[in-house]
Amino acid sequence: MCMAKAINYEDKVRETKINIGSVILAPGSRGYDPSSLDYLGYGKYPNVVTSDGFERILSAGGPYYGHIMRPLDREEPKKIAWLQCVGSRDTNRACNGYCSSVCCMYAVKEAMIAKEHIKGDLDCVIFNMDLRTFGKDYEKYFLRGKDKEKIRFEKARVHTVTEIAETGDLKVRFADENGEIKEEAFSMVVLSVGLQVRQSAVELAKRLGIKLNQYNFAATDPFTPVCTSRPGFYTCGVFQGPKDIPESVTEASAAAGVAGADIAQARGKDVETIQMPEQIDISSEEPRIGVFVCNCGINIGGIVDVPEVQKYAATLPNVVYTDSNLFTCSQDTQEKIKEKITEQKLNRVVVASCSPKTHEAMFMETLEACGLNKYLFEMANIRNQNSWIHSKDGEAATEKSKDLIRMAVGRAATLKPLVEKVISVNSRALVIGGGIAGINASLTLAKQGFEVVLIEKEDGLGGFARQLNHTIEGANIRTYIEKLVADINSELKIEVLTNAQVSGFGGYKGNFETEITIAGDSKEKRVIKHGVIIVATGAEEYTPKEYLYGEDDRVITQTQLSYKIEKEGAKKLSGVVMIQCVGSRNSEMAECSRICCQAAVKNALEIKKLNPDTMVYILYRDIRTYGLLEDYYRQAREKGVIFIRFNQENPPEVKSSAEGILVRIKDHVLNKDLEISADILTLSAGMRAANTDDLSAIMKLNRNAEGYFIEAHVKLRPVDMPSDGIFVCGTAHAPKLISETISQAQAAASRAVTFLAKPTIKLSAINAKVDPEYCVKCLTCVRSCPFEVPVFNIEKKVIEIDEALCHGCGVCTAVCPRQTIQLGFYEDNQIISKIDALLSGGV
Amino acid sequence: MRLDYPSYIKIIRVPCTGKVDVMHLLRAIQKGADGVYAVGCLEGSCHYNEGNFRARERVNHVKRLLEEVGIEGDRVRMYNLSSGEGPTFAAYAKEMTENILSLGPNPLKKNIK
Repeated sequence: MCMAKAINYEDKVRETKINIGSVILAPGSRGYDPSSLDYLGYGKYPNVVTSDGFERILSAGGPYYGHIMRPLDREEPKKIAWLQCVGSRDTNRACNGYCSSVCCMYAVKEAMIAKEHIKGDLDCVIFNMDLRTFGKDYEKYFLRGKDKEKIRFEKARVHTVTEIAETGDLKVRFADENGEIKEEAFSMVVLSVGLQVRQSAVELAKRLGIKLNQYNFAATDPFTPVCTSRPGFYTCGVFQGPKDIPESVTEASAAAGVAGADIAQARGKDVETIQMPEQIDISSEEPRIGVFVCNCGINIGGIVDVPEVQKYAATLPNVVYTDSNLFTCSQDTQEKIKEKITEQKLNRVVVASCSPKTHEAMFMETLEACGLNKYLFEMANIRNQNSWIHSKDGEAATEKSKDLIRMAVGRAATLKPLVEKVISVNSRALVIGGGIAGINASLTLAKQGFEVVLIEKEDGLGGFARQLNHTIEGANIRTYIEKLVADINSELKIEVLTNAQVSGFGGYKGNFETEITIAGDSKEKRVIKHGVIIVATGAEEYTPKEYLYGEDDRVITQTQLSYKIEKEGAKKLSGVVMIQCVGSRNSEMAECSRICCQAAVKNALEIKKLNPDTMVYILYRDIRTYGLLEDYYRQAREKGVIFIRFNQENPPEVKSSAEGILVRIKDHVLNKDLEISADILTLSAGMRAANTDDLSAIMKLNRNAEGYFIEAHVKLRPVDMPSDGIFVCGTAHAPKLISETISQAQAAASRAVTFLAKPTIKLSAINAKVDPEYCVKCLTCVRSCPFEVPVFNIEKKVIEIDEALCHGCGVCTAVCPRQTIQLGFYEDNQIISKIDALLSGGV
Repeated sequence: MRLDYPSYIKIIRVPCTGKVDVMHLLRAIQKGADGVYAVGCLEGSCHYNEGNFRARERVNHVKRLLEEVGIEGDRVRMYNLSSGEGPTFAAYAKEMTENILSLGPNPLKKNIK
């Protein structure tokens, strides 16, 4: 029974008719059920659990309240094995030929969290065939697991799991990389089960007449990744194909974007607007602060002594109410906070939980919903800045929580209500980059009814993809680009500027002004006014320094090979060797370039098609043909392509000779050195972000160490950039396939529409204000502002700061000799109150 | 990223290091902090153009002021990194902590009741 009475047990099936213009199918998936794989012992041995079962064990709301215990005897495990590819990459027993794409990453994550929970000795071993950490920044996460947390990665597919009767431990039998049979005992075994489409989704698709592929995922085309076989029906998430959260969220926006384009005329109809209550005037009240301490499941509560911290918070000045919650961000906690604000007449709220970057806006809405100005809110980040980083020392983390809350309470008492200015939004978009991403984003925006200016630095559209001929599925990229260019040229709402680059930038969200310089004799400059920006600057192929590239013209990249076999065929080729991870996953570029494994398999299959007698060798570290790409990897092996693994420490050696390129590599299966003579040595050169040094400096757009633009949130906001009204898509964000680029471009357009569709927006109240009473008009602020916002009004004889133009950096407030400029939400006493509160705790 | 760094460090959020005033840095030392440091964007890529250069100047100024009154200037520092560099942040936090541990407690602390 649900104690909160949230479930209506008496509810009945009802039929309702609604009028709709497009449909999005997102029925998701479930974990593969390994019961039928008897050799793994699931269902027979209690200490063999599935990965979703293990997630429950890790969960604060799970069976053991987040303490890691094994099911048999509730003992803390000493050694845990993860078995990868259970129900994935298995055409024999599971009939699922695809890779589930997410299991390698979640296994590493589960192992890392398990190690964090069980302080002290826990050995974690992940048995895998290939480790597929191909997502943005995933390789670094894997390396941390391997090198810092000492997770062991064993290249093996497990033969059998049997129970050791006396102890309940499990004996794992496997063949190691040299083919030697080994046995190892573990306290627990986690089966990393793959993703599988539910039967109910299959039936739904059948009822709707939606075509499915052989694995029951919705059949889609590489160039229309979220369109199902039936017009007007779109799809996203795992039903489209196995994928991780960021790609699912991206596709969800893409599906919403294209589905919305079909019914763009109906936008805004049937919308209910939420009425906010009038603001309570608190100006005459003494501060009454409520402190809500979050357990964040066990993220905080498992490390910090939350009851003690709450008790401490109650002793702080102006605090009239305290509470602690399992998840302060949950819907029911918001209701509880609202109730307490009203009941306790709170006029300031402090939430001690996680980062304001992710949750501040939501809590501020909660304040507004009960008439409290949203700026009367402060967060103490006792998770990201505390429990997560001091997880090994609960006592220190508890003390630091107290310090952080004392600081937050000190500051909260000084906060003032602030008013946000409402401004109109320019409904034009600026798209930077005319590759597949930029064109698709522009077309989606135009279909939604918005004007677009697309700028491209080259003299033609298409970007890097112009150098490619077909996708691994066989779809023709050149014809596709021709069609895109024709579409964009016939679209009246889109203006395309080629040879154009950004040379100046100003304005603010909803009202940007960008100066474009068009190359040529005249160096024409144009200023474009627009409401949003979509960054689609793309990436290029790495130019290798390795393996005689540039010294011997028989050494080429995958892109060059693809071009060569298209032109010359493969009749003359007797041997081709490919080396993977050139310019990726090394000391210079830690990340995986994601696309190179499939590029190698694609070219290998093409060669085998043109000339089955050509010997093709692919020398690799891990083959990362994720998702449905796995089918092509299997096909390549069936067609006789030879795959040989090498370790990073032991790369192939390459020599030039008259007969061919001689490649030496140690074969682990045969346990000896092989020497292969190749007509062509192909390097799977990774991706490199396009050079955006100038653009990122002019527009103030942050990039990561690899030069890719940084999204607002890796998982939850994968196409938004941290600044409002700016979006990113395609390979400017991270390496990705064309189909993934298209869905991200449609997603960026879709996210931009949510912004452009509003006639007005509210500006942040975090901006500078001059107190004319004390201002001596020394003009220091006018000289110091990096954006030239403060101006001297000659008639009124005052300094004026336009709040729409003010970026809120606070430079003027710091340089003002009389301190007559204050930055809203960051007034001097609001900063000093934090310093004082921290140091008042005894140091 | 959950990288660990010493729990002595408490962060005060400001929109830009350009907002960090000499007064704020001195206040921290005056009230008994053993050290205080500003962390800004990489030089040349300040989100607000040049705030981090101003912060560096102010930090250097505070260093001189402290030295004048007989307090080690190195209790105040400026670091630069990009928001994508979690490991660097943790490394600087450790470096600053080691620096402060080698300097010992803030001499003003004995005057604070």
